Amino acid sequence: MTETQYLAPHSLDEAVSALLAANGTGRILAGGTDLLVQMQAGIVKPGLIVNIKKIPEMTSIEETPDGGFRIGAAVAGAVVGEHERLGKAWPGVVEAINLIGSTQVQGRASAGGNLCNASPAADSVPALVAAGAVATIHGPNGRRTVPVEEVPAGPGRTNLAPGEILVSFTLPPRPPHSSDAYLRMIPRTEMDIAVVGCGVSLTLENGKCTAARVGLGAVAPTVLLVKDAADALIGSKLEDDALEAAAEACRAACRPIDDKRGTIAYRTKVAGVLLKRAAAIAADRAGRA
Amino acid sequence: MTSESNVKWIGKNTIRPDGADKVTGRAAYAADATMPGMIWGKILRSPHPHARIRSIDTSKAEALPGVKAVMTSADFVEFPVDTPVPIGIQDMRWMSRNIMARDKVLFAGHPVAAVAATTEKIAEQALELIEVDYEVLPWVIDVEEAMKPDAPILHDHIRFEGKPSNIAGKLEHTLGDVEAGFAQADVVIERSFRTEPVHQGYIEPHACLVSVSDGKATVWSSSQGQFMVRGMCAHMTGLPQNDIRAIPAEIGGGFGGKTIVYLEPVALVLAMKSGRPVKMQMTREEVFRATGPTSGSVSKVKIGATKDGKIVAAEGTWWLQAGALPGAPIRGPVGCGFAPYDIPNVHTLGFDVVCNRSKVAAYRAPGSPIGAYAVECVMDEVAEALGIDPLELRLRNAAKEGTKAAYGPVFPRIGYEETVRAAMEHPHYRAPLGPNQGRGVASGYWFNAGGESSAQVNINEDGSVVVITGHPDIGGSRASTANITAELLGIDYRKVSVLIGDTSVIGFSNLTGGSRVTYASAMAVTESTREVINTLKARAAKIWGIDPEAVIWENGEARPAGENAGNFEPLTLAEIAAKANSTGGPIGAGKQLNAVGAEGGFGTHICDVEVDRELGIARVVRYTAFQDVGRAIHPAYVEGQIQGGAAQGIGWALNEEYIYDKNGKLDNASFLDYRMPVCSDLPMIEAVIIEVPNPKHPQGVRGVGEVPIVPPLAAVANAIYNALGIRFYSLPMSPPKILAALEQTERLAAE
Ligand SMILES: Cc1cc2nc3c(=O)[nH]c(=O)nc-3n(C[C@H](O)[C@H](O)[C@H](O)COP(=O)(O)OP(=O)(O)OC[C@H]3O[C@@H](n4cnc5c(N)ncnc54)[C@H](O)[C@@H]3O)c2cc1C
Repeated sequence: MTETQYLAPHSLDEAVSALLAANGTGRILAGGTDLLVQMQAGIVKPGLIVNIKKIPEMTSIEETPDGGFRIGAAVAGAVVGEHERLGKAWPGVVEAINLIGSTQVQGRASAGGNLCNASPAADSVPALVAAGAVATIHGPNGRRTVPVEEVPAGPGRTNLAPGEILVSFTLPPRPPHSSDAYLRMIPRTEMDIAVVGCGVSLTLENGKCTAARVGLGAVAPTVLLVKDAADALIGSKLEDDALEAAAEACRAACRPIDDKRGTIAYRTKVAGVLLKRAAAIAADRAGRA
Repeated sequence: MTSESNVKWIGKNTIRPDGADKVTGRAAYAADATMPGMIWGKILRSPHPHARIRSIDTSKAEALPGVKAVMTSADFVEFPVDTPVPIGIQDMRWMSRNIMARDKVLFAGHPVAAVAATTEKIAEQALELIEVDYEVLPWVIDVEEAMKPDAPILHDHIRFEGKPSNIAGKLEHTLGDVEAGFAQADVVIERSFRTEPVHQGYIEPHACLVSVSDGKATVWSSSQGQFMVRGMCAHMTGLPQNDIRAIPAEIGGGFGGKTIVYLEPVALVLAMKSGRPVKMQMTREEVFRATGPTSGSVSKVKIGATKDGKIVAAEGTWWLQAGALPGAPIRGPVGCGFAPYDIPNVHTLGFDVVCNRSKVAAYRAPGSPIGAYAVECVMDEVAEALGIDPLELRLRNAAKEGTKAAYGPVFPRIGYEETVRAAMEHPHYRAPLGPNQGRGVASGYWFNAGGESSAQVNINEDGSVVVITGHPDIGGSRASTANITAELLGIDYRKVSVLIGDTSVIGFSNLTGGSRVTYASAMAVTESTREVINTLKARAAKIWGIDPEAVIWENGEARPAGENAGNFEPLTLAEIAAKANSTGGPIGAGKQLNAVGAEGGFGTHICDVEVDRELGIARVVRYTAFQDVGRAIHPAYVEGQIQGGAAQGIGWALNEEYIYDKNGKLDNASFLDYRMPVCSDLPMIEAVIIEVPNPKHPQGVRGVGEVPIVPPLAAVANAIYNALGIRFYSLPMSPPKILAALEQTERLAAE
């Protein structure tokens, strides 16, 4: 019987070397709300667990000098939800993170874990993608940054190299009249997994959409950045036609599967519906007259 | 009995005796039991939905250090398939084969062997070392597929109409002449329906701890009947019943699913073989894969009515999935489906169809919701065709005292009409509906059960009272029993403690099931308490030196009556108890009886839904349930039963279903993907209690717990029709299904 080792280092370098030494059997533990469930079910059997919650950089939220935010990858959802200025600037990102699980789960679950678990249905990811969040990654060869949408590689797989740790998310500064929103379709009202998730972030100038990003979850092996949908919104006043064109772009981007949680036809249709609804909420939040 | 004006405890929402323990975590459930030297039992389950077991080699598992015992079905008593061995409503032939496969595995998840080891981990490793040689066979899960001529046959011994078949049984009721009846009808509507299997979804997974010492076994377990546990363990192992003591733990829900055993006999054999106490506990996944959901079904219902809204004929056929072994609840739809109505010509027919999924277990009013779903949806269409309000149609045809039900009985005084009238008069029925909202109604019936109950009522030295009954308390029966005892004795209910006795301290008591416990135990408790009162009067008479006949019991004290009235100071219960020793010894009485006269219960529900037309989500936004409960001994508990039943029925209607993958394995064995409603899915369900006392019960009680799950399936379906103009003939009415139907309607409209 193999025993599982446990480590809670105070620095990233320590964590990275421990992971490297574990030769691929190491697992990072943030909130553990995915990892522990998978261990219970016998899906993963780590030789080493590296708890990253003692590393200050990973458990704090900071405002960057340019007016953006840096969210530690291991910050629990409940903590994100209590950050007032973050909530004002990025209500869609915050609502997406806060949708994860229940009150109990919120006390542990992190956005970093949500992204690195690499479920196509992860709730925070479409909102982070729409927000244009950038992931900072620390590894054996130092630091690198990549857009969030480039982290997942497929269901349960990421593009992180051996020994690499996701450190934080950086959200860009917000121009005036900008906001975001995240919506998911679940058959129930909570404690459910997204059948489709959609994040929209946009900026308005005199009612006209000057910038937009759209993230779509649970309709492909990874969360998608849907550029065509954003392009359909940009330059419009979010009239019905523009919204329908963006919805159509979302439907066209879908490559879903038929499974117990939803059919291809259903997911595709719903992607368009959620785009329209999320865009409307984001626009209202951005101060659409 | 007690006259209405001075009733003190019956009908009061007294504090539940088990409440503090439950909210503080002190309540001891089966999984909380531990013992020195205890080891862990685990079950090896079949990966195949259907296969012949060529051989099982357990030698490697037995050789693993830490493994203390391994067992297979060879360690159980064998019950030949051709000789029925009934125990209650179950048959040991099927029970034993369900708990441990014999010759064949019949569903993915079917137990084939079990081990007990010093740790859970070693037990799990040992399971991997057991080698089972399977001859994989074709399988069938769908009920219609299972009845096709070329379907894989599960059991060689089952024959239907002379041929090998998966149809294991049939039940038929006939009243009048349906053909003649339909000939008189102005409107005849016939529809086919389909429902999916749904699980009881109790929060507590099955668990037990079994210890054997000196040939005597003690079983702690979570069940709906310690006597059932004892009986099945005895049958399966050959131990005499006096050598098995079954102790009921506090239970975390059952809804019928714990009226049979899965683990106890296995743990018992492992304990006998190892000489160590053995604990077993299912995971949630095991609960979903291998314990009884209720049947999926297909059905066909036809109702004929005259222009003035009189139903003249009704016909219904139901095909129910039994799962791996016979025993689908066909009695439910066939007996209850048309029971709310006074119809001269009725024909109902049910088929018990085996297929390769886990064997069904009872689930709240077994089969009746499936019956009512079809009947009440067709009723809605008949009402529409006739242009009659759907509740008015039900009222015009309501069964009442003297109505002969197709399944046999002539109803005594029943309260069905009262439920319909109450619904018609309730503000909910007239409340305006918002956009995309719709309203539906439906009724339902459940037989309710009587049967064996035992009770012991003991007066303590200080005048307080201990009552022992033999039924695990799932729905608040301890509180109801305390209310009744306090009422009869005329004392404060806090002076009454009610305990659930194990099989060695109280007489035989049948299952907590069939909505029978408050009904039947109240009868045993009432008879016991009356005898205690007679003793108390006799003791007072002795103290006073007068004739016992000249003593009455009033307000918790003995009073001299007749010519002695006023001659002696009344004696309270406490005073008589204090003198018990000098007046003849301890005071107490026990009664054992077979309760008869459990009259059926009726309910009528109103449901409002709102449909998100773009996402296909139907949500219940208002729900009111009207039910004749006979007499509400503890109204808050009665409301809780009604709300719980309605909630489960709504889940059945909207999202719950067993989904199988292409290999015949259950694909949604978790609460994440088996979508029971969560709290925020439902509005506050209003329960309207109607009391038409059961004439055959001392307190007027009728069973309460099962009726409320019967109407919701159709009430929700009818509400969705009212909102969308689309009728759904299959459950669940999940978002993809609703959205697909809306799109199809749009397409047709566009063409
Ligand atoms: C009851 C329940 C309900 C849930 N509901 C939802 C829901 O509604 N929506 C939803 O999206 N999810 C849900 N989840 C899943 C889970 O809670 C989320 O994915 C959560 O965000 C995971 O975060 P965590 O911090 O707990 O991750 P962990 O379990 O600690 O880690 C998850 C994975 O990511 C890896 N990892 C974690 N942090 C890092 C890092 N910094 N760098 C590299 N790798 C890392 C871990 O090794 C592991 O493989 C639910 C889970 C439960 C148990």
